Amino acid sequence: MHDVAIRARGLSKSFGGTPVLTGVDLTVPAGSLLALLGPNGSGKTTTVRILTTLLAADGGTATVGGHDVARESVAVRRTIGLTAQQATVDDLLTGRENLELFGGLYHLGGRAARRRAGELLDRFDLSAAANRRVATYSGGMRRRLDLAASMVAAPRILFLDEPTTGLDPRSRAELWTVIRELLAAGTTILLTTQYLEEADQLADRIAVIDNGRVAADDTPAALKRQVGSERLALRLARAEDVPRAGAALSAGPGDAAGLRLDADAREVTLAGQGPDHLRRTLDVLHRAGIPVEHVDLRTPTLDDVFFELTAAA
Amino acid sequence: MSAVGTAARTGTDREPGTSRWTSAGDLRRLVVRALRHEARTPDALIVNIALPVLIMVVFVYVFGGAITTGSSGLTYIDFVVPAVLLMSGGYGAALTAANIATDMTGGMIDRFRTLPVSSWVVPAGHVIASVIRNVVATVIALIAAIALGFRSGATVTEWALVLALVVGYVLALSAIAALWGLFVKSVQAAGALSFIVLFLPYLSDGVVPAETMPSVLRAFAENQPITPMVETLRALLLGLPMGDAGWLTALWLTAGVVISVPVAAVLFRRRTSA
Ligand SMILES: Nc1ncnc2c1ncn2[C@@H]1O[C@H](COP(=O)(O)OP(=O)(O)OP(=O)(O)O)[C@@H](O)[C@H]1O
Ligand SMILES: [Mg+2]
Repeated sequence: MHDVAIRARGLSKSFGGTPVLTGVDLTVPAGSLLALLGPNGSGKTTTVRILTTLLAADGGTATVGGHDVARESVAVRRTIGLTAQQATVDDLLTGRENLELFGGLYHLGGRAARRRAGELLDRFDLSAAANRRVATYSGGMRRRLDLAASMVAAPRILFLDEPTTGLDPRSRAELWTVIRELLAAGTTILLTTQYLEEADQLADRIAVIDNGRVAADDTPAALKRQVGSERLALRLARAEDVPRAGAALSAGPGDAAGLRLDADAREVTLAGQGPDHLRRTLDVLHRAGIPVEHVDLRTPTLDDVFFELTAAA
Repeated sequence: MSAVGTAARTGTDREPGTSRWTSAGDLRRLVVRALRHEARTPDALIVNIALPVLIMVVFVYVFGGAITTGSSGLTYIDFVVPAVLLMSGGYGAALTAANIATDMTGGMIDRFRTLPVSSWVVPAGHVIASVIRNVVATVIALIAAIALGFRSGATVTEWALVLALVVGYVLALSAIAALWGLFVKSVQAAGALSFIVLFLPYLSDGVVPAETMPSVLRAFAENQPITPMVETLRALLLGLPMGDAGWLTALWLTAGVVISVPVAAVLFRRRTSA
């Protein structure tokens, strides 16, 4: 009870007959960070909206901080903070006024709300811009203010829906630092992202969501082992060699984990495992008499992750 | 991180959103927020105040000589001021639709809904702020009218009734605007209401005497709500006979509030139901 902050069982949701979630199960231990990783339209926001009481599920149950999201929404709201995908701060108010407004609505009391706003502005490096209207803020500043707004009542459980999408690398790194500090202070965080790297950097566990269900739920290390830290892509000279290359690699001495064939692109890809593995792979193809036109090592994309995980499932 | 992680739990021990007083406090906070918005979007404020003044100047000095005031026997400025007062408050009240639609279609409503407050204070805050602002705008229009030569012999009681009418009118229109703002799916569509509201007084007895209009227009002018309101204002401000206009006005305004508030509440619940 106390060690599980967020628990979802079989959450389902359809919009106008189109199923969006078809049985999402999640467990987030208190004080840990779960990254919900998925491409556009996979149901990340829908899941977050259900868990934050903004949307009712069609089926399934969920508890957040020990409270049922459907039946005890007020209790849930007092436990959580949400930074939604769409910015939810008031453009026409200043940063300080935004935080004081939310503090007031949490009934902190005037002085406590003002003090809390000041603390958060300092903490999120917004003091210099505190008395400027949010409309004049950069994307990164606005994101930080949004996060600060979710922290007004020091929630134990924080939901961050794609907090770094659209930020430059520096703002992203700054936000990661803040997230790590929140985690160190004992906050439970559910974060959605489209970036494998982000999930890898921050998460204790990664849940990969695809087609409305959790396709994999594991530690970053375990998932990476499955996918490989990088992808080795070989473009062959002739398309008709592709199946033969696949067969040779599967049978050969090299490790063919994550093998994928794409005849149209004349491409054979597999999990990259360092220089020796590359040499063995090229040897196998050479012995089979299959000319290779181009070799590329690239970091795995979400596509690779999904292909890997959904193909395995 | 210590500061962020641990502070400020202390003040939240009270049950939020449960007592009538905390709701009143939340409502006040949202009214203040909405009034700040108004103060910071000067274009709307300028239109709200400058428009009626401009209309008076144009109608009184440019067209005034050409428009007869029909059987009323009034000078043109006296004739037109009641309609101008309604245009002033009405235009601003209609903007409530766009303000509410902005909150509903942007992310703000989600932020408010994750706070432990009753979310109806969001549209209610806009409506109350609209009443405050538009009563003030109407008073400014009235001062401008007096500067331009409008004269009234109303008693204190009559002035109080004028104020009541103006408050009722901007309240009813703000409530209708709230309904519209909750019904439409975009801020642009919400803005369309302002034009209708701005246009309606022209098709009443307020700017041009209805008796001089072509018959179809005249039938519309005589039966639309602005006409009895204009007649009531003329009766109160200029000592003309009231007739049925007072009761009709009260009826229209009451109907406007009594119908639009529950419908808006239903729409709001539908838009925010989990
Ligand atoms: N209110 C709604 N009405 C109809 N369809 C909806 C609604 N909300 C979401 N959807 C649909 O549900 C699907 C999942 O949407 P959701 O926003 O949860 O995805 P997401 O994983 O957050 O995507 P993104 O990465 O783009 O934010 C999408 O196909 C979307 O069009
Ligand atoms: Mg999303």
